[in-house]
Amino acid sequence: MEEVSNIYSLQLGWQEVIMVSFIALLLTLLGVLLSLYHRVLNIRNTTYGGPDLRIKRHIEQLSSEQLDTLLQYKKYRIAKRKVSSVSKKAVMSIVALSACLPLFAQETTATGIDWGNAGIVITIILILIPVLCGLVLMVVKIRRTLSRYQQRQNDAMANELAQYLGGLSDPEVLDNLEERKAALEYGLTHTELAGNIQVHDRRGLIASTRSDVNLPIAALKKRAVRRPNIDSRLAKLVLWYIGTAAFWLLFGTSVGQYLGIKFVAPDVDQISWLSFGRLRPVHTNAVFWGWASLGMLGLGHYIVPRVSNVPLASLRYGWYSLILINATVLVGTISLMAGINNGGGEYREYIWPIMLPFAVALALTLVNFLKTIARRKTAEIYISNWYMVSAIIFTIVIALVAYLPFWQNGLGEIIAQGYYMHQGVGMWFMLFTLGVVYYFLPQQLNKPIYSYSLGILAFWTQILFYTLIGTHHFIFSAIPWWLQTVAIVGSAGMAIPVIAGTTNFLLTFRGAWYKVKDSYTLPFFLAGVIFYFTGSMQGTAEAFRYTNLVWHFTDFTVAHSHLTMYGIISFLLWGSIYAVVPRLTGQEPPQLTVGAHFWFALIGLLFYTVPLMYGSTLKGLLWMEGKPFIDSVVLMAPYWLWRAIGGSLMWLSHLLFAYNLYKMFRTGPRSNIVEAALAKLTNDTAPTAETR
Amino acid sequence: MEFFNNHTKLFTTAFLFFLVLTLFVVIIPAISNQQNNAPLPNAVPLSEDARKGKELFIANGCVACHTQQVRNIDMDSRWGKRPGIAADYADMKRMDVWRNTATLAGTERTGPDLTDVGNRQPSLDWNLVHLYNPRIVVKESVMPAYPWLFERKAMPADSDVVVNVPEAFLGGKPGKVVAGQEALQLVAYLQSLKQAELPGESRAPEFLYKKVVKSTEESGGSESGANGALLYTNNCQACHQADGQGLPGAFPPLANSEVVNGDDLSLYIDIIMNGYDARPEYGAMPGVGTMMGFTADEVAAIINHERTSWGNQGKEVTAEEVQEIINMLEAEK
Repeated sequence: MEEVSNIYSLQLGWQEVIMVSFIALLLTLLGVLLSLYHRVLNIRNTTYGGPDLRIKRHIEQLSSEQLDTLLQYKKYRIAKRKVSSVSKKAVMSIVALSACLPLFAQETTATGIDWGNAGIVITIILILIPVLCGLVLMVVKIRRTLSRYQQRQNDAMANELAQYLGGLSDPEVLDNLEERKAALEYGLTHTELAGNIQVHDRRGLIASTRSDVNLPIAALKKRAVRRPNIDSRLAKLVLWYIGTAAFWLLFGTSVGQYLGIKFVAPDVDQISWLSFGRLRPVHTNAVFWGWASLGMLGLGHYIVPRVSNVPLASLRYGWYSLILINATVLVGTISLMAGINNGGGEYREYIWPIMLPFAVALALTLVNFLKTIARRKTAEIYISNWYMVSAIIFTIVIALVAYLPFWQNGLGEIIAQGYYMHQGVGMWFMLFTLGVVYYFLPQQLNKPIYSYSLGILAFWTQILFYTLIGTHHFIFSAIPWWLQTVAIVGSAGMAIPVIAGTTNFLLTFRGAWYKVKDSYTLPFFLAGVIFYFTGSMQGTAEAFRYTNLVWHFTDFTVAHSHLTMYGIISFLLWGSIYAVVPRLTGQEPPQLTVGAHFWFALIGLLFYTVPLMYGSTLKGLLWMEGKPFIDSVVLMAPYWLWRAIGGSLMWLSHLLFAYNLYKMFRTGPRSNIVEAALAKLTNDTAPTAETR
Repeated sequence: MEFFNNHTKLFTTAFLFFLVLTLFVVIIPAISNQQNNAPLPNAVPLSEDARKGKELFIANGCVACHTQQVRNIDMDSRWGKRPGIAADYADMKRMDVWRNTATLAGTERTGPDLTDVGNRQPSLDWNLVHLYNPRIVVKESVMPAYPWLFERKAMPADSDVVVNVPEAFLGGKPGKVVAGQEALQLVAYLQSLKQAELPGESRAPEFLYKKVVKSTEESGGSESGANGALLYTNNCQACHQADGQGLPGAFPPLANSEVVNGDDLSLYIDIIMNGYDARPEYGAMPGVGTMMGFTADEVAAIINHERTSWGNQGKEVTAEEVQEIINMLEAEK
């Protein structure tokens, strides 16, 4: 027993401590030697070449002010010439001294002792302290000697130079110096291009000018393009979707954060409504159906009419969907906390009467989108619509498969469950979000998507392979072996759409990489695209039989689902929301807090997932060795703590997101003053901005 | 292309493509399984109490951390005697009109698998104490406590099941902790979870990815390789604790125990194999050995571990001695 808990404890052994301190010592010594070497080199450089060469070098480097002083002096003085030679001084003795230094360092490299022994360690440290102090003292002394030497050299050089300069009388040389001074003082007049004509922006290319530019704390990013003509009623609908989505994000992740704390402090409360098993589905369902789904649909309501170049078919359907989905999540949350659920299948914990409004909302949205697309003024159906509309169609199928009772007895429930939970993720969130990205990424980069064909390839292969992979959640279970194999093959096949999609997005970035640093939305897209590749390919890797031995049933799955649902979906949604909301409200978020949102979310996610993946790998190996189960609980404790820390950062970033949304939603007072003044001027009480 | 520019054709194609694939990977396999499946003859249907316990299990989301599936790989062999098969789930139907079938197979093992927990941990006392607060018996546990399934009574009636909760876990409140009806139902469900044996001659599927047997020197148990410490941790420690001190009022200590250190080997082995309920101040011990199918080797390893730990200094036994006594005990029955 004791043996086991020691192996997995986090304590560093003496050996590691010694290794690390020894390496640190060597690195410090190396640094000190390098700095001494530089100083010696410096001295050698200044004394390099004959005195003539050195003087020439100094004259070449004279600035215009120095030239001015010199020439002024020359005008009033007549000089005598007298050039003396300076004797060279050897620095070889110093170089030799520094070469001795490694000899001192070698004192510490004795070998053949039992390093692990605490007494030895203490002894070595006690020896090292004076040796180190001595070394430091010696280095200080040497540096001081060297700099004194250099000072003397410089004084001598200055004397020499003064004598030389004083002796200058050749008019040709003086003319040269005059010429050099004029060249150094040359500057543009700032009227070379436009002359003295007044500048006008006749085409309205400059949106706004600022004269109050201060030194920014964070790099200034490009401001959003001015608001296009959007029906203000559609804008209101989209904003409501995004606003309620943000609410469910805050709520759902607050619950998630609390669940993370429960791993560290299981007795933090003992209330039935807040117990772990009941809250866990509250968290997952709130962020799935509340945050991600509402966010996606809100963006969809903006994109579909825009790429079809017609107004949305029915705003009313949009509002109905919004209300129905919010009702589902609200009632679902309460019912789960009260202990009413569907029987434990992950992500279908809401019972069917509660999930029904969600399905109706999807149907309404489908009709709405299809009607809009049918009236489109473009010949082609933009690829975003392929992805988004198909996602809705598939999700209706998925919900029916999951909730209809005809194939849910016994093992059938497990087969349907595997299918449902993975299609829900891949065919709803991923497919829809890809559609959103195919619109917003090119828009934010201001260039077309790299390849339409790659998008089409990814679309069809995603359907072909993704549909097959559900059972990979139940590898080695009682589900037929052939079905498990199909799922594994499908998971491997997912490499095709993932690589096609990632390539397409990254190549769209090509030639516009410089825009990333000037934009506060593009970093979100970039992070999302990278996670799209790594997260999805990790899913493929997890599906194989051997990796199932190690990772299945461990916290690795939790890390994976956060890398994907958070790293991919949430980051891409945030990027899109920051892109669209300023267009709807005319208000931009504070760039500082957007940046803070991005970094907190990213760093938090890494703190959350990396320790969890590492710990769960150890956990799986421990299970494979047949160690007692409770050891795996003890093993995970530090990694669960890291998870809670990462989760806190993520949660903090959501607060910032909510704040940014609030800043964007609030109608700014400045624009109001202008509008109000204009209204007063024209006495026009009915603003008619609604062109559509 | 015309096809890509026609929304009806495009979306109908995508829909049908998805639907056909769905039929082949879900609907048809699920229905075919449903039609060619029947419960094992040895399977025991859930009692009324156990069924209500299952509903509590579902309501409290226990499946979030506890799986109920023994995979056909060697590392899962600790959770059941054989890998799970389709027939194990055959009896599970929709519970009512509102809720779906609950196979509770699960996808995460933050806690142990429960497929066979009725055999592994049959003790009523342990289960109740553990439900009231898992950290009473397993101090490293992160499982939630379920105090709302229990009641506080100043004067419990004779019919009440009193749970021996240590002072530190009572939260300073007066009264005895009495198992509520729901707690008893939930435990009834847990106790009903036993892997049914395959009928007659039929051979269970094999566990795959068997661990390569290593040299015997590291096992450290009996000479045949059974690891006494590991067996103790997996089968005994939950009640008797890692320090062998047991839990006052619930589980007796093994440190300095007369049974452990004494000479009555047949009593000792009888307790391990068939259980014990002779001491009113402690809970009843179930026949762990018989339920888990311990071999003489394993029993000897456990005994030797217990006799050499926590300051115990009993005589070590051999597997042969144990086998003799086991044979004798079986003859007596």
